[in-house]
Amino acid sequence: MASYDVIFIGGGPAGYVGAIRCAQLGMSVAVVEREGLGGTCVLWGCIPAKALLEAASVATKVSHSADFGVTVADVKLDYGVAMKRSRAVSTQNSKGVEFLFKKNKITWIKGTAKISGKNAVSVTIDGKEEKHEAKKAVVISTGSRVKGLPQIGLELNKTTVLSSDEVLVLEKAPKSLAVVGAGAVGCEFADVFAAFGTQITLIEALPVILPLEDADCSAELTKSFKKRKIDVLTGAKISDVKVGKNSVTMSVESGGKKQTLEVEKVLVAAGRAPNIEEIGIKESGVHLTERGFIKINERMETSVKGIYAIGDVAGPPMLAHKGQREGVVFAEFLAGQKNVHQVNYGNIPNATYCHPEVASIGMTEAQVKEKKIDYKVGKFAFSNNGRARTSGETEGFVKIIRDAKYGEILGAHIIGAHATELIHELAVARENEYTVEEVDLAIHAHPTLSEAIAEAALDSLGKMIHA
Amino acid sequence: MATKVVMEALSPTMEEGRLVKWNKNEGDAVKTGDVLAEVETDKAVMELIARGDGVLRKRLANEGDSSPVGTVLAVIAAPDENIDSIIGSAAGAGAATSGQAAQAQGSAGAQAGGSNQAVADTKETAAKTSIPQSPAQSQGEASTSPQQKGAASQGAASQGVAAHGAPPTSAPPRASGPPAPRGNGASRSGAPSATGGRQRTSPLARRLATERGIQLGGIQGTGPSGRIVKRDIENAKAAGGTGRSAAADRLATEGDFKDIPLTQIRKTIARRLAESNGPVPTFFLTSEYDAVRASELRTQLAEMGDHYKVSFNDIVIKAVALALAEHPEVNAHWLNDKIRQFNRIHVAMAVAVEDGLITPVLFDADRLSLWEISAKARDLAKRARERKLMPEEYTGATFTVSNLGMFGIDQFTAIINPPEAGILAIGGVEEKPVVVNGALEVRQRMRVTMSCDHRAIDGATGAKFMQTVRQYIENPLSLVI
Repeated sequence: MASYDVIFIGGGPAGYVGAIRCAQLGMSVAVVEREGLGGTCVLWGCIPAKALLEAASVATKVSHSADFGVTVADVKLDYGVAMKRSRAVSTQNSKGVEFLFKKNKITWIKGTAKISGKNAVSVTIDGKEEKHEAKKAVVISTGSRVKGLPQIGLELNKTTVLSSDEVLVLEKAPKSLAVVGAGAVGCEFADVFAAFGTQITLIEALPVILPLEDADCSAELTKSFKKRKIDVLTGAKISDVKVGKNSVTMSVESGGKKQTLEVEKVLVAAGRAPNIEEIGIKESGVHLTERGFIKINERMETSVKGIYAIGDVAGPPMLAHKGQREGVVFAEFLAGQKNVHQVNYGNIPNATYCHPEVASIGMTEAQVKEKKIDYKVGKFAFSNNGRARTSGETEGFVKIIRDAKYGEILGAHIIGAHATELIHELAVARENEYTVEEVDLAIHAHPTLSEAIAEAALDSLGKMIHA
Repeated sequence: MATKVVMEALSPTMEEGRLVKWNKNEGDAVKTGDVLAEVETDKAVMELIARGDGVLRKRLANEGDSSPVGTVLAVIAAPDENIDSIIGSAAGAGAATSGQAAQAQGSAGAQAGGSNQAVADTKETAAKTSIPQSPAQSQGEASTSPQQKGAASQGAASQGVAAHGAPPTSAPPRASGPPAPRGNGASRSGAPSATGGRQRTSPLARRLATERGIQLGGIQGTGPSGRIVKRDIENAKAAGGTGRSAAADRLATEGDFKDIPLTQIRKTIARRLAESNGPVPTFFLTSEYDAVRASELRTQLAEMGDHYKVSFNDIVIKAVALALAEHPEVNAHWLNDKIRQFNRIHVAMAVAVEDGLITPVLFDADRLSLWEISAKARDLAKRARERKLMPEEYTGATFTVSNLGMFGIDQFTAIINPPEAGILAIGGVEEKPVVVNGALEVRQRMRVTMSCDHRAIDGATGAKFMQTVRQYIENPLSLVI
């Protein structure tokens, strides 16, 4: 039995970042993780998916390279190679976290953990159980997993009905793929496989794709996807699912039309469930929310003293960067720091890395309307931006929604090349309560895509220059 | 540098205040924002806040003393600073007119601001904010005194614009507002604060503070490293702030109202009726509403738990607010040369207090849920009885509801609180025999009487409004959805 100040259960983004911050603040820390460090993000999510999206981007660029005077003969697309590269990137990142653990003297206990009484965690390694003491805190950072859609007959089977986990290790791109669920994950894989020649049907139960984003972005992405021959079915209802050995058939009703769909594989990209089973939560008496996540307060404390929760398991949005920040805030509160900057749940950026990319922060126009806030919209299309024209990436726009009276940036929505990088200017602005005027006052270099942000800010003030 | 503690105009209508209690003794160290004393204004007991750091060197007023606005009450200074000249001049000013005191204050404020930016900001705020007459003023509770006029013109002179363009009858409260905060308003964020460091403020907080006339000096920031952020300004406002009336601010925002110029017929109606029937020619409309469903709703909500409980009064306020949204001509002020229709709905409710009555306001009542109304109304009534209301909590209404049902009154007429165009008087809910579809039934009924200022509201207009109120009260489910 070893004794630590803090034991994290789960070494994903929330857990490993929390662990590093705790160590920096002088605490002794252990992280129990049975797979690799970095969790879903590094191994089965963010990182490998983005590596594949980059492959898709290269494929798309090569297909247009002749326009730039670069003729590439004999283009071959091999998903298997792209997949192996993405695995290598994952491993590299996971090793990076291992290195950070060594640097900060954090112990990695490679096993399966269970809370066992006050301040105690038992870890099973190769069938053997050992006990560890956590003097200050036990932190649940076990994350979430894909849960499939058994209720409509799409139970995950690892051969024809897949989750993102299996899709990430496919040896080759399927001929046809139905992607069920058009959130970030669904849209990203639709993008990847479309670039590798798969016939994609993107199916969403809600009326639009990327339903959490601003309606204008959803519409723009739909337009772009349709141009790339991705079949987009929204407001869709799936029935009569027949899962075969080498194919899946289903009926899809959308826009008043019912069609039968036969595809080689189905990717279920809807629904994630928190990993709350098997870690002794019930016995410990930790309370859950109505939706089954662990209930926490602003210090990440659960209903049981000494037990904390961070990341996906502590509730949506299930985003790596939200979990990481919760890890930091947890550590600083635990260390008794004064003036801890609490997690600002209203200011967490969303990012979808399909092409064009979609990123946002704050409220959508529909949410602003619903709150009856008096607002103004500023919008600037990348087709009017010099830098976007030079790279031939003129799809999309920047949209800024501001308070009519005080200029507060209520929401910002970007769709276009590098949107996921561009959004952070507005994340900084919002976190520091800069208004649209301060955004405009900062000189933006020319020619850059960022100029579109300044122009959108100006447009909201009725002073746009380049359109 | 020494700071004079003056009797501030803590409400828009305040001319003088009575010092109830000193919270600090001579020799005590004080910081900006500390509560120095409690002051009784015309309607409430309020806190007098320190505007500077140092030691409370001298108290010039005793507990129980009444002093006109602007009078120097005490001096805050460094422990060894010579304050004889200040005490001397303060005594002089106190003995003379408060106009002079206010003048001294005005210039002190200007010094504190210093930069051109400060002046520009103030002008902008003043220009955007034409403040309607507050109810109390036109009731004659605060007829403008010569001293106040002096203060007003002084304020106007230093600002250049404040009084200009306001309706002749409405002495702008800001002119009689606390002069000290004006100069060192929001724009001083970059300037050294009294504690020596730089005042950290977010740009948004700065704009909110400027617009709302909130002084940043007295606010404790809760952002990173004590930075003042939006929520601090909002909390300062909720806590009463240190600036001018937030109620006036709420009402006066450009675009929140529509001024209707008077047509010839309106002018004639107004003149003739006023000749015949006092300055506010009032007529009355009475209706009896069926309250069975409202009463059932109350019972059902109460069964769901204490949290859901609402009173008849809450139901009436919500119904009135929604009806006002449909009848902007009733949600109006009569301003002699025009009728001002408000886009926002601020419903006052009359609350009996020990020695009179006060009308706290439910701002944006149409946007509040029934439970929000219930919680706010309860809180306002409680604090009204304790005389703890801030001036901005009982001014700025667009319409008023008065309810004597709980005293067993069946029906009564309420007196209009000018410049509001109407008031609704609510009687008690009672069981009565009623003919329903030709048969006699015992039903719960409530009698409601509206007093209308005929200059602004005609009989048919008032009657249509009463019909809409009926719809809501008799179909109360529409109030919960």
